[in-house]
Amino acid sequence: MNTVIETRNLVKRYGRLAAVDGLDLTVERGEVFGLLGPNGSGKTTTILLLLGLTEPTSGTVRVLGLDPLRNPLEVKRRVGYLPDQIGFYDNLTARENLLYTARLTGLSTVEANTRIAEALERVRLTHAGDRRVSTFSRGMRQRLGLAEVLIKRAEVAILDEPTSGLDPQSTQELLELIVELGREGITIVLSSHLLTMVQTICNRVALFNRGRIGLMGRVTDLTSDVLGGTHVVEVEAEGVDLRAALEGAPHITGVTEQRPGLWRVDADADARPEIARRVVTAGGLLRTMSIRHTTLDEVYVRFFEEDKIHAAA
Amino acid sequence: MPQREGSPFTGLATVALKEAADHMTSARIHLVMLLVLLTAIGAVYAAIGQISQTVSEDQFLFLRLLTTAREPLPSFVAFLGFLLPLVAIALGFDAINGEYNRRTMSRILSQPIYRDALLTGKFLGCLLVIALCLLVLWLLVIGMGILLLGLPPSAEEILRGLAFLLASFVYAGVWLAVAMVFSTIFRSPATSALATLTVWLLFTIFWPMLSPLIAGAVVPLDPFDPMTAVHQVELQRAIARISPNTLFGEMTLAILNPETRSLGIVFANQLSQAVMGAPLPISQSLMLIWPQLACMIAALLVLFTGAYVSFQRQEIRA
Repeated sequence: MNTVIETRNLVKRYGRLAAVDGLDLTVERGEVFGLLGPNGSGKTTTILLLLGLTEPTSGTVRVLGLDPLRNPLEVKRRVGYLPDQIGFYDNLTARENLLYTARLTGLSTVEANTRIAEALERVRLTHAGDRRVSTFSRGMRQRLGLAEVLIKRAEVAILDEPTSGLDPQSTQELLELIVELGREGITIVLSSHLLTMVQTICNRVALFNRGRIGLMGRVTDLTSDVLGGTHVVEVEAEGVDLRAALEGAPHITGVTEQRPGLWRVDADADARPEIARRVVTAGGLLRTMSIRHTTLDEVYVRFFEEDKIHAAA
Repeated sequence: MPQREGSPFTGLATVALKEAADHMTSARIHLVMLLVLLTAIGAVYAAIGQISQTVSEDQFLFLRLLTTAREPLPSFVAFLGFLLPLVAIALGFDAINGEYNRRTMSRILSQPIYRDALLTGKFLGCLLVIALCLLVLWLLVIGMGILLLGLPPSAEEILRGLAFLLASFVYAGVWLAVAMVFSTIFRSPATSALATLTVWLLFTIFWPMLSPLIAGAVVPLDPFDPMTAVHQVELQRAIARISPNTLFGEMTLAILNPETRSLGIVFANQLSQAVMGAPLPISQSLMLIWPQLACMIAALLVLFTGAYVSFQRQEIRA
């Protein structure tokens, strides 16, 4: 059994508003899967539906082959959850907080204490284990939340906005931990509105827009499907019409003029030598040229812009 | 709706013990308990002073310890009737909404337990704290009595004392349930605390004034029909008994004053051949308070069910 999470035509309505509107999602074992989209696009609702913490209006959910509504305890035993803006009991120490949830998971105190020590070590919080959580920074709290998932030995970890509100260094540390977990074979589903930040660690992503999945697939596939390329070359040149000059060039999938003298070239490979050659051949003056990978943000904006235009038409 | 699997009691004991431990170490409960202890000791001490001045013989000296008031202090029982609801409210007013505000709710509910276990566990944890406090208080009072009066309590006094303990426990339980209901309805702990205190004030201060007014309006006195007076009094008692404070007062009256023969109106002819002032055996006193006790337990269950239903229907997202 390789499908870990499967939803079919999942709908959740709050009154007339459909927070999740016909969701078909499949996550395979061992994947790092990203639910991406702006705030209010249905990511958190989807996660709550997966955990059985809220009931779907219609449609079905299967997590590890189980129905989270019918078999919530088994699902929650095998799935770890790191909520958005995670909270702890501030008057208790980190260890006490973990012990409480470990006891709720059904671990004996002895077993729980060994696992807590291991988990704290993994998330590098051993030194702070006996401090009250009220003294913890945002990043420490998130890592403590991750420790909770570790203690549970979850097969699937669902992380809701794990990096929101973190400084760049904490973000990097947390992302590294997540990648490590993924390498150990834990299936990871994470949601984020910071598309670019997570595109590096996700195998596959789903882009959410108003309760629906607009796009789903591997990051490179998405960028080439929507923008026609995985690389963006910005070219600053004078005395040349780049659009005409690049006509028929290999690897080039699109040319747009951003302002006079500045072009954006989408390509599915590093096409800089070819561009340079053609600019010079056409008699233009090449000033600068820079290349970068296409970001998911661009994909998102492009895709849903088109969507909006379609909706308006 | 498919039936869910697994026991709703998974994790119940863990939640209950954690709640009890939290309360035992929280500053809020320490303060309230300090208040209760001081007033209780003061009241009992005053009562002992009063009792040692009386020379008449009394079969139930130990029970007098609880019911004797010495100006300006009220009796121990009156103090408990007033303060127990406060203890219960302090324990319960932020039981559920506090979890939302700390943002721990979704984390706890993502553990393999049902919501039932969280609510019931919290309720049981608070009841455990109340039971411990009452027991300590009761033992303290008895100890003070033995030390200062120099008399051991009789077996019947102990039994009546235990019955009183049970009555106080259920009484506090009702107020705890009220506080829990409001803690599930309102998202802000301040609002739920105020709402519970409003209900408490209504029943403690205004209800005794309101019940005669309502009864007088519903059954006006007819000077030519003496039965209207009886009906009015009966209605007034019925309305007054909606308040748990009235029920608690009647229970303590019947348990701690063994001479009490009835909690309603008694006609002169019903008293013919009765030996006035002769105490009832404890079994008869218990018969007398049975309806009150049953009502309180019923109220507790109804309120808890209300909290349960409202909590089960809540959205978890904070």
